[in-house]
Amino acid sequence: MKMLSRIVVTGVGLTAPNGNNIAEFRANLLAGKANISLIDVRYMGKHPAGICDYEKTRYQSRRELRTSTRAGSIGIYCAHEAIKDAGIDFEHFDKSRIGVYVGTTEHGNVETENEIYTISQFGYDTKFWSHHHNPRTVANNPAGEITINMGITGPHYTIGAACAAGNAGLIQAAQMLQLGEVDLAIAGGVSESPGTFGIFAGFKNQTALAAHEDPNKASRPFDKSRNGIVISEGGCLYTLERLEDALARGAKIICEIVGWHINSDAGDTVLPDPVRQAECMRAALKRAGLTPQQIDIVNTHATGTSKGDVQEMIAMRDVFADCPTTYVNNTKGFIGHCMGAAGTLELAGNLGAFEDNLVHPCINIDELDPDCSFPTLVVGKPQKADKVEYILNNSFGMLGINSTLIVKKFNH
Amino acid sequence: MTAESIKKIVLDIVAEIAPDEDLSNVKPDLRLRDQLSLDSMDFLDIVMELRKKYGIEVPEGDYPRLASLDSCAEYLAPKFAEKGI
Repeated sequence: MKMLSRIVVTGVGLTAPNGNNIAEFRANLLAGKANISLIDVRYMGKHPAGICDYEKTRYQSRRELRTSTRAGSIGIYCAHEAIKDAGIDFEHFDKSRIGVYVGTTEHGNVETENEIYTISQFGYDTKFWSHHHNPRTVANNPAGEITINMGITGPHYTIGAACAAGNAGLIQAAQMLQLGEVDLAIAGGVSESPGTFGIFAGFKNQTALAAHEDPNKASRPFDKSRNGIVISEGGCLYTLERLEDALARGAKIICEIVGWHINSDAGDTVLPDPVRQAECMRAALKRAGLTPQQIDIVNTHATGTSKGDVQEMIAMRDVFADCPTTYVNNTKGFIGHCMGAAGTLELAGNLGAFEDNLVHPCINIDELDPDCSFPTLVVGKPQKADKVEYILNNSFGMLGINSTLIVKKFNH
Repeated sequence: MTAESIKKIVLDIVAEIAPDEDLSNVKPDLRLRDQLSLDSMDFLDIVMELRKKYGIEVPEGDYPRLASLDSCAEYLAPKFAEKGI
């Protein structure tokens, strides 16, 4: 069998509730700055949510924005920013050899709810239902909008993988590059979830929706008083290339993707299974040829629900039981749960550690839940590590989907 | 309603649909799609906005009659009158 190419990340474009590029995002994570607002949710009143304030018209005309979905708009912003960061001569790049793989937790709920609301104002007469509904709600919408905006004629699709979708987008891209299907991939995840009241109502009735008088304190994974998820939007897309191609064009290489795995709990629809999570992490480590001790940072998925955080820590203690230099953190205290974008955004927040050896902290842990304790959990302030060579990123989702991605510092 | 008022209504709708377009020099006797960057979905938006804002229905067979501002005014005048607008 032919040796598979090594896959590297050469560009990052993102928008998060607390940053519209990787430098701003990283600085706020190190400074402990969350940015969660109270928004009006249709039919439900005010709830905390993470909202992005990226410059929408940087890459889209106002006319495009009128018909674009929020997920499409976020994707377009992130894709352009990633290409710019990668320093690719995009104008002369063969657009038929670019693949766009975008992870989403859900898509179409926002647009469908909006149309139902519109026709409710006209006695539920469907002749007032927008002709834009179908192109807005097809599952490939966020990825397809990117191709239309950028003139990319290679393959595009979304990866529906609940909250594991961001990692899944990167894994799909790596595989397509290794298969030689494309020469450049734009991949990651996006979320427009705060626009749908259904996700708020669903989590609320599941007793898993965060509430706090101070919105910036609402998302508190591992804290004893955590009470649920803060729903957020955001996006983070990377440019991925085969190592030989990146070296040939003299690209700045941010990191190498060295291991990954996706598996399924095959059990409960919402309660995570630590046994399968641990299996997922071990399989990714095996693919990378690493021991748990070699991992320097683990970014946890923990969302701030009472049970999910505990389950994840059971898996963590199983895999990383004897790893005194493996630091553990979490990003959701700062930005809430960015759903399809969570995996790639949270990984992006840790990439700066390859340069500064700083592990950003978890925030909003006023009293650590003993059931969520971990010896090297970084709480409150950044932790200086002796070295950061490997980062392991976990993202788990409903219907029992688990994803682990491992990246390695690239030594030029 | 005067022809000029109807043209303004249509132009206001076009301004919402195509907010980046310069509408200051739209010629009333020329096809809108020849002067502005409007596609078939945009055109359907004009039909939808007439329906939502004024309760005016434009059957598919009559779509060509909305081609220019002049033809809009001619076609829509009796419909606005019917609605008592």
